[in-house]
Amino acid sequence: MFKFILKRVLEAIPTMLILITVSFFLMRFAPGSPFSSERTLPPQVMENINAKYGLDKPVLEQYTTYLTNVIQGDLGPSFKYKDFTVNELVSAALPVSAKIGSVAFVFAVVFGVAVGTIAALRQNTWLDYSVMSTAMLGIVMPSFVLAPVLIYIFSINLGWFPAGGWLDGSIQYMVLPVLGMSMLYVATFARITRGSMIEVLNSNFIRTARSKGLSYSYIVLRHALKPAMLPVVSYMGPAFVGIITGSVVIETIFGLPGIGKLFVNAAFNRDYSLVMGVTILIGFLFIVFNAIVDILLAYVDPKIRY
Amino acid sequence: MLTNKQNLDALDKFSENLEIEGRSLWQDARIRFMRNKAAMVSLVILVLITLSVIFVPMLSEFAFDDTDWYALHEAPSAVHLFGTDSLGRDLFVRTFIGGRISLMVGVLGALVAVVIGTVYGATSGFIGGKTDRAMMRILEILYSIPFMFLVIVLVTFFGRNIILIFVAIGAIAWLDMARIVRGQTLSLRSKEFIEAAHVSGVSKWNIIRRHIIPNVLGIVAVYSTLLVPSMILTESFLSFLGLGVQEPMTSWGALLQEGAQTMEVAIWQLSFPAAFMVITLFCFNYIGDGLRDALDPKDR
Repeated sequence: MFKFILKRVLEAIPTMLILITVSFFLMRFAPGSPFSSERTLPPQVMENINAKYGLDKPVLEQYTTYLTNVIQGDLGPSFKYKDFTVNELVSAALPVSAKIGSVAFVFAVVFGVAVGTIAALRQNTWLDYSVMSTAMLGIVMPSFVLAPVLIYIFSINLGWFPAGGWLDGSIQYMVLPVLGMSMLYVATFARITRGSMIEVLNSNFIRTARSKGLSYSYIVLRHALKPAMLPVVSYMGPAFVGIITGSVVIETIFGLPGIGKLFVNAAFNRDYSLVMGVTILIGFLFIVFNAIVDILLAYVDPKIRY
Repeated sequence: MLTNKQNLDALDKFSENLEIEGRSLWQDARIRFMRNKAAMVSLVILVLITLSVIFVPMLSEFAFDDTDWYALHEAPSAVHLFGTDSLGRDLFVRTFIGGRISLMVGVLGALVAVVIGTVYGATSGFIGGKTDRAMMRILEILYSIPFMFLVIVLVTFFGRNIILIFVAIGAIAWLDMARIVRGQTLSLRSKEFIEAAHVSGVSKWNIIRRHIIPNVLGIVAVYSTLLVPSMILTESFLSFLGLGVQEPMTSWGALLQEGAQTMEVAIWQLSFPAAFMVITLFCFNYIGDGLRDALDPKDR
């Protein structure tokens, strides 16, 4: 198991390098510059600015400097928010996204698996059909349709929850963003769980367990749940990626000061260092999370370990 | 026991029956698909939507970029069936024009993804060995890159043109396709019926044509149908952020974005495009599910 984890961690290093390299050169060769405002600056001023951010050096040298800085955990100064470093901006925004994202993720997994299991146990009854058609609705309803609809119903008409804002993450401000973000994944997890649960319940070892006279709930919880979780666990990686990507939309709609909003603003402002910093950070999160999922899979399914 | 007359007769009749009922893989799949009500209804609705996004804008008295300053934010009426938007443009036409763009991006994006993914996956699966391992390693690396973010960067910096957008999103989506096709090819290569064909002297080309392609095609068809809605969603996602198609052209995503801003005063600006998009996505998903059920070799 330790060897497996070590291998997985070592494999992440080249991926990280490629990501840093791609985003660096994409930024360098992008047309336009964060300093090209409507007012053309005198050449001397431009020179000074370029010198300050090290943009006057050859590209290769800039690259190696950036790389060594990133490895040490320094993402450099922001080009647009002049008094801040990228690290400061990111560390202010990350907790917001992490809080919403993790709540949405846990909600999606727990609720999705529960609903999917119930639907599987009541296969082909009205309960199954109604749960699964609701799930289909959740899948085709993108977050940027769902979120405005939620605001329309729950904030404008019913006035239960605020339509946006953060207020240090108090609960009533989190309900709608979390719902808007997680519905798609609740639905997907439910569908996946239902499918694999039905397959597992039809397998021979469950029949054996039943013929031994074990109670049905014991069989489901003790024997069926773990093998049925395999496809669920492997979908956790894509779900995590989707929730992070989705934060761009949700944070824009609800006006939350998170990573997604920071990234969109940075891209619009052509704040190169900030865009690179956020991209690298998110890539890093993807890699770490995928590694965790793989390790989890290896834990659930012994076949992968050996 | 087998040689008594009655059994022989039965055997004869049985094989005759087989001959009558023998159907090809595709006939079989078509019959299964036609029996699936949800999928057939979806197919009909989808054809109607496709026809209307093509023809409604041509036949309508309004153009999608006609502004009418005397009819801003007008509610649905006999003149403007879906009402008007904040610039007094007819939302009925705009919804269909938007659908045209969304469907086009969806289909073309899916096509890009399917072609790249199938070629990559099939190559990897056929050659196998070291090449396969290297190609899969590359795929794994690509999996960890936050592509949506790179696309946002690409689109903001290199201009917002529609071709770039669907090439970009198609290029993201091929990863899954490649994995699926590779897995399928790999498992097919070692199947008994392929070996049997080898043994009985079928040429390699004929094996590929008769056995490999039809078997991979099914799964490719299913996933392409499921890719189209996800492409439409991706385009809408970009349009929603203001990075997709540019004014006065529009797409469902762009319409939704405008509608979401004015929903307190003009809910129809959100509800009509949203309804069309959700229905389209529903249809694609049901057709995809129907195709999967119809083509699943396990069911046959």
